[in-house]
Amino acid sequence: MSGPSPFSNPDDSEEPDIFETAAGAGPGAGTGGTNAGGANARIPTPRSSVEDTGRPLPDHVPEPLVLDHRVLKSLLGAWALAACSAEESFAVEDHLGDCGPCAEEALRLRDAVSLLHAEESLDLDPLLRARVLEGCLTRRPPRIPVPDWAVAYDAEAARLDALLQDIGDSEWHAPVRLRWYEGDDRVSRKTTVAGVLTHLMSVDGLVAVALGLDDPLFGMAPEDRRTPESRTESFWRASHFPPTRAVRGPWRDQSHAVIRTVSFAADASGSAGRKDRPSGQLPVSYGDFTLPLRDAMLDRAFECWVHAEDIAEAVDYPYEAPSPRHLNRMIDLAARLLPGSLAGRRRAGLAAPARGLVAAGAPGRTLRLEVEGAGGGQWLIALDSPGAVGSAAHEVAHVALDGAEFCRLAAGHVTPEEAAAGQDGDREAIHDVLYATAALSRM
Amino acid sequence: MAKETPTRWDRRMQQRLAHGEAAALGELYDRFASLVHGLAHRVLGDEDAADRITRDVFTHVWENPEAYDPKQGPLRSWIATLTHGRAVQRLRQTESAALVRSGQGTTEDLERKVRHASAAARADYIVTAMPAPLRAALELAYFQRRDYRQTAVDLGVTEDEARRRLRLGLQLLSTAHDAGASGTPPGPPGYGRAL
Repeated sequence: MSGPSPFSNPDDSEEPDIFETAAGAGPGAGTGGTNAGGANARIPTPRSSVEDTGRPLPDHVPEPLVLDHRVLKSLLGAWALAACSAEESFAVEDHLGDCGPCAEEALRLRDAVSLLHAEESLDLDPLLRARVLEGCLTRRPPRIPVPDWAVAYDAEAARLDALLQDIGDSEWHAPVRLRWYEGDDRVSRKTTVAGVLTHLMSVDGLVAVALGLDDPLFGMAPEDRRTPESRTESFWRASHFPPTRAVRGPWRDQSHAVIRTVSFAADASGSAGRKDRPSGQLPVSYGDFTLPLRDAMLDRAFECWVHAEDIAEAVDYPYEAPSPRHLNRMIDLAARLLPGSLAGRRRAGLAAPARGLVAAGAPGRTLRLEVEGAGGGQWLIALDSPGAVGSAAHEVAHVALDGAEFCRLAAGHVTPEEAAAGQDGDREAIHDVLYATAALSRM
Repeated sequence: MAKETPTRWDRRMQQRLAHGEAAALGELYDRFASLVHGLAHRVLGDEDAADRITRDVFTHVWENPEAYDPKQGPLRSWIATLTHGRAVQRLRQTESAALVRSGQGTTEDLERKVRHASAAARADYIVTAMPAPLRAALELAYFQRRDYRQTAVDLGVTEDEARRRLRLGLQLLSTAHDAGASGTPPGPPGYGRAL
């Protein structure tokens, strides 16, 4: 970091002959010549011929061109890269025998060529991020932490961003079919990889708006930015051209801004002494329903993962499930939303009526949802009313399924019939809960 | 968020880190992890070792954000310099240990290896950080095997200019060989402000 580079403005400088004065400052200077047998003269002799470099010579020896020193010198880069004509190469090599400074530079540039190599696309292990950040935060605890309910979103956005970094321009236009449930119908919508990201940005915007950040749909009619679906459709409609990779920057900027803002928001509610209430209760409107911020962030984390899988599938990349800790929180959110989803289907006449009235807060008929695998667990789902409390003593049915399968069902990617679930007990209750899980999906 | 000059972004990041904002650490990682990991991997040629350097570098920045002086250059080059120093140090340690263990090879071999790895890492950084017109010219001439006349046509510049860019690009790249391989202060060239 000490001195400024000799190239303070390479574009403006004209033919900087930096090496005509820098001869001799080669590597090895300063490492000492104490080794008795060591050949300490590794500095090339100025007049060594290009034949010594071991490079193949031109097939035939053409007529030498007559070029002046200035032109020959300007050719050194092209010569070192074998990017000039055979005649020019020959003229340069001829010149190197007579001109010390040019010979010196020629060798240096040839060495530099050997440093060029194709960029390897090294995939950074996505799990490294969590390990590095955790290590840092243990060493120096943060004054403003990212709330634990926002960490999953932070991690999922970073994972998706890493995938997007690796995909080529054309892959941004690869077709993707978004799938979800409306009532008992599976619906789908065709878009592209870039379109999926636009969708994520539009819906993340609901959280941004709740936090007082800019709405990416600023300026559009209120009805067009009310629900996840209307926001997405109007964003797609409003752009004259199909979305491209250019959406990555704004999407990422918004997700970073959301994480930063929720950190400060959670901190403010904590220091205000509201220990009686967990942080993150700010309501986030999805148009037809509302979630507290802490759940909205889990919802966005879930959606980010689900759509990252859509993208990965479209461009044929592998994509892992979230870390078990984050997956567990996402499953927990879905399990908590199930009684409400079930009640909604009941109102729409899509699920069997409740078997009895249960007072709010009282235990009622219960289905035990057992999610297997890393991140899994057991949840007691109240069947008769969202206000009722699930209770092991009132268990009427038991469903067991794999964590990833449960999430695919909640995302609308598999049907309740396809979902491989172990079932035991009240068949109607099981049927209704599996359909209520699929009904959690949306565009 | 967007539309910030790099210098402003650097300063703001430094302030946020100093303030103890965990979200800033995440953003720092998202911006520089591939640079840090890539350089460390180029020097050490080993995934686990590069992971460790990555952890060390981010821990250092998180614990010492005030050590960065924006007047000395961009945050990016400071982080690159930190990475380079640590990776080279690590390479020297492991190579010395291997030398002692096996009794084969000489200190000179070791130094040559360290120097080589060090230059390769610096060259990577120089290529990514050099002015885009120079990089474009090198890419055409080297990777796509275009001669300088074709390069000139591709870039829409004169042949003189194409020759100039190729030469200047290689001159920049050749500075990767400069300086000792120690990676100790005053630090290797190639991560300087002008790039």
